[in-house]
Amino acid sequence: MTTYYTEEHEWLEVEGDTATLGITKHAAEALGEVVFVELQEAGETYDKDDEIGVVESVKAASELYAPLAMEILEANPALEDNPGMVNEDPEGNAWFYKIKISDLAELENLLDINAYKALTD
Amino acid sequence: MSEPRKTPLYDLHVELGGKMVDFAGWMMPVNYTAGVAAEHKHCREKAALFDVSHMGQVELRGENVAEQLESLCPSSFTPLVEGKARYTFFTNPEGGIMDDLIVANAGDHFFVVVNASMRDQDINHMRGLDIEVKELSRALIAVQGPAAEAIMAAHAPIAAELKFMQTALADIGGVEVRISRLGYTGEDGYEISIPEESVVEITRLLLEHPDLEPAGLGARDSLRLEAGLCLYGNDIDNDTSPVEANLTWAMQKKRREEGGFPGDKRILRELSEGPIRKLVGIKPEGRAPARRGVEVASVAGNIIGSITSGGFGPTFEGPISMGYVTTEFAEPGTSVNLIIRGKPRPATIIKLPFVAQNYKR
Repeated sequence: MTTYYTEEHEWLEVEGDTATLGITKHAAEALGEVVFVELQEAGETYDKDDEIGVVESVKAASELYAPLAMEILEANPALEDNPGMVNEDPEGNAWFYKIKISDLAELENLLDINAYKALTD
Repeated sequence: MSEPRKTPLYDLHVELGGKMVDFAGWMMPVNYTAGVAAEHKHCREKAALFDVSHMGQVELRGENVAEQLESLCPSSFTPLVEGKARYTFFTNPEGGIMDDLIVANAGDHFFVVVNASMRDQDINHMRGLDIEVKELSRALIAVQGPAAEAIMAAHAPIAAELKFMQTALADIGGVEVRISRLGYTGEDGYEISIPEESVVEITRLLLEHPDLEPAGLGARDSLRLEAGLCLYGNDIDNDTSPVEANLTWAMQKKRREEGGFPGDKRILRELSEGPIRKLVGIKPEGRAPARRGVEVASVAGNIIGSITSGGFGPTFEGPISMGYVTTEFAEPGTSVNLIIRGKPRPATIIKLPFVAQNYKR
């Protein structure tokens, strides 16, 4: 299992050709208290950079973009009822999607933990 | 753009963990370490301290200041008794609102507080009158919330004697300050005008009270929105009239009947015939906040207006918005749709405010 990151502050924990996707602790802190999460439904496919969800905090709305070409296998049902989870456990229980990666070669374009840390320090 | 200005409390904001942003040309805290929602709730439950030193404070002196101000504003200042403050606005010749402001009779002068983003415009506007207009270099802080009276009275006993919209001079630690019982949160509270060199010391002194916590612009905005109070530049501007914005309570009877202020033609006409659109509270039925710019549609699918302020109300515990809709849809209880990210979402017109105001009248 390897975890990748994006410049848009998403994380992607990859296992085979599937992955769990969420936003980083850094992103959650920058957003402030999350009050609303809107996710897309399972079964939809997306190209890289397509909008796949919206996170609203007390401060502003932020879109969530597909880090690579993907299909949504499952959306986290807990986030709609309890959006505050995104602040409490952004890199754990508050995952957004389980996805299927369309082309594993696209992972090369993502950041590893060190590159992401360098970006946010 | 020039460098944003700093208020005398800048270093204290940073020390308290304030996240500083450029707002109307001023570096101001959007929130502190507690965060917007916690600061908001603390204000409703106990008390919050805000730095509002970016607002313009002006002294007006001269013969007939009250009469002259009435030539720019549709409120009555003849009489405005000494020690009383009044909410008003400058109107333009088309009946729109140039800015909203507070005017107080301070005895030997009038004391005026205007919005940060409009202070240059407003000062120039008042300089067109035959009076002395002096912009003050003073700090302004707000102490707001149900505990505000106890916090302020501990240092300035006169604070407890003031009623809503009254103002007086007081002494805090040997410094002369002006305390006005008003604010922008819907809660009881005060704004305190303090000489710049003393504001850090007095703010630290006030913050020693266990019930008082600092709050930033984020909480200030969600508090005023829950209380149904207009933000200049969002909910009211040069195009919107006081009648459309439901602000005719700030126009005393004589002015509503006689006019004699800029834009009186449109404003008096709207008073008698009704405006074509109205500012209303709009409650989204789902959880998705509807922010400024979101279009409002009728159930039949026609665009009938747009959101001017919107977000999440921490005390209301849900999304809240204000916006203009054509008058036939402005009745509380009317069902509408909000077009958020291309999708219509149900919402209901409500009577403002979202959270009851709690003034000490």
